[in-house]
Amino acid sequence: MEKRFVYADNAATTKPDPRVIEAMMPCFSENWGNPSSLYGIGQEAKAVLNGAREKIASLMGCDAGEIFFTSCGTESDNWAIRGAALAGVKKGKHLITSKVEHHAVLHTMASLEREGFEVTYLDVDEFGRVSADAVRAAIRPDTTLVTVMFANNEIGTIMPIREIAEVCHEKGVVFFTDAVQAVGHVNMNLHELGVDMLSCSGHKINAPKGTGFLYIKKGTRVLNLIEGGGQERGKRSGTENVAYAVALAKALELALASIDDLKRVEAMRNRLMDEILRRVPYSRLNGPREGRLPGNLNISFEYIEGESMTLLLDSCGISASTGSACSNNSLEPSHVLLAIGLPHEKAHGSLRLSLSHENTDEDVSYILENLPPIVQRLRDMSPLYHEGMERIKED
Amino acid sequence: MYSEKVMDHFMHPRNVGEIENADGIGEVGNAKCGDIMKMFLKIDDGVITHVNYQTFGGGAAVATSSIATELLKGKTLDEALKLTNQAVIEALDGLPPVKIHCSVLAEEAVKAAVADYYKRNGIDKTVEGCDGCCCACDKHDSHEN
Repeated sequence: MEKRFVYADNAATTKPDPRVIEAMMPCFSENWGNPSSLYGIGQEAKAVLNGAREKIASLMGCDAGEIFFTSCGTESDNWAIRGAALAGVKKGKHLITSKVEHHAVLHTMASLEREGFEVTYLDVDEFGRVSADAVRAAIRPDTTLVTVMFANNEIGTIMPIREIAEVCHEKGVVFFTDAVQAVGHVNMNLHELGVDMLSCSGHKINAPKGTGFLYIKKGTRVLNLIEGGGQERGKRSGTENVAYAVALAKALELALASIDDLKRVEAMRNRLMDEILRRVPYSRLNGPREGRLPGNLNISFEYIEGESMTLLLDSCGISASTGSACSNNSLEPSHVLLAIGLPHEKAHGSLRLSLSHENTDEDVSYILENLPPIVQRLRDMSPLYHEGMERIKED
Repeated sequence: MYSEKVMDHFMHPRNVGEIENADGIGEVGNAKCGDIMKMFLKIDDGVITHVNYQTFGGGAAVATSSIATELLKGKTLDEALKLTNQAVIEALDGLPPVKIHCSVLAEEAVKAAVADYYKRNGIDKTVEGCDGCCCACDKHDSHEN
């Protein structure tokens, strides 16, 4: 097959949709006023901003007053956790999360621990799931916040969010979910789902980087992270990025309008998964077969290291990522893969391929044609492979 | 992130594979750290005539192994033992700071292979070295460069 460019790292970021870019462009030429200004162009910008907010609210099944625009998923995560933790100190300083959260959550928790909070990090099962029972068992009288991600960014595991929300409400504890990987990929209605807070990042659904929101259910107490001129109903200051609010609303609209197309993405992912596992010996699927984000695939290849794999895939035009230590500026492999029980060497040999509706069957065929020889090439170089094969021969 | 030299050695690694009946074999690092380097030496009259390697690791680990074999061929054992990780880094036109430990692996693999040769031949010389795993070692002060 002729060399092609295959972007298979959609969990990292997605290609901005031209319709999204087109929708926000008038904010740079016409509606560029400051929404806080009382005169014409300011009020026009305010109307556009609130239109975007209303669109998001109706798509997400909540009230417009519960949507707060932020600069990204990480800001939303920081705000929700820190804001709820600080708002709850009279009741207690105990927080609960899981071992497989994104660093935006884990590092915020670590920072709160340094400030005197106590954090429980829940274990997950072999597929990366947090159980509602584990949450129930961990809640104490001084627990103020539980946060469990909606879907895992590395292995795609979808968490039992509704059940966890129910447990939290039964116990009177605020529940926040980092839904950066899930919004636009999983159908949800926020009022029905019952979470108190939820974060979203636009660049995972074909909006520009720097877009995001935090949903805060009416009545949830959250202190501010960013103080200033009192924008976003006094809760998140900073002159509103109207263009990005419009972009995010449009991207969400497009993602949800085409959510049925994710069945096609899932079918491509399943073909990729089954064929890789069939063609490449000593490989294993990380995460569950069912209850997983439709585009996510994560496989460990024994005896080789992930960064080498991604470099060679890149030389073939394929963009993918790995949970190897080599790729994340540390000597430790992915905390998610270690949490599901993988030994270090198998975590080092992991590869994440994340497909989107932009991908085609030809892309899948191209990956299937190029990946197995790359794995074999690295195995041929690897002392672990030769030693492993010797051992198998002896048995 | 990598220099052209690193990418060249990663994409076109030199001297890969086992040497049958090698005179000295050294293996350093471990799978937990994510890097293992195994070096095979053919030695004739105190001179390295042939040097090959197998590596489990990232781009920098492969490239440092590859360039180390080029630097070592034709050297006497005393010269080979003087190979420093700095020399390996320089020969590759630099490595990103988090990859410096890979060059340490190359330096230590040579030492381990020469030590193995001494041992096999009953030569009473000791080689100072470590297992090349930087998770538990901070004796190479250039790690944080």
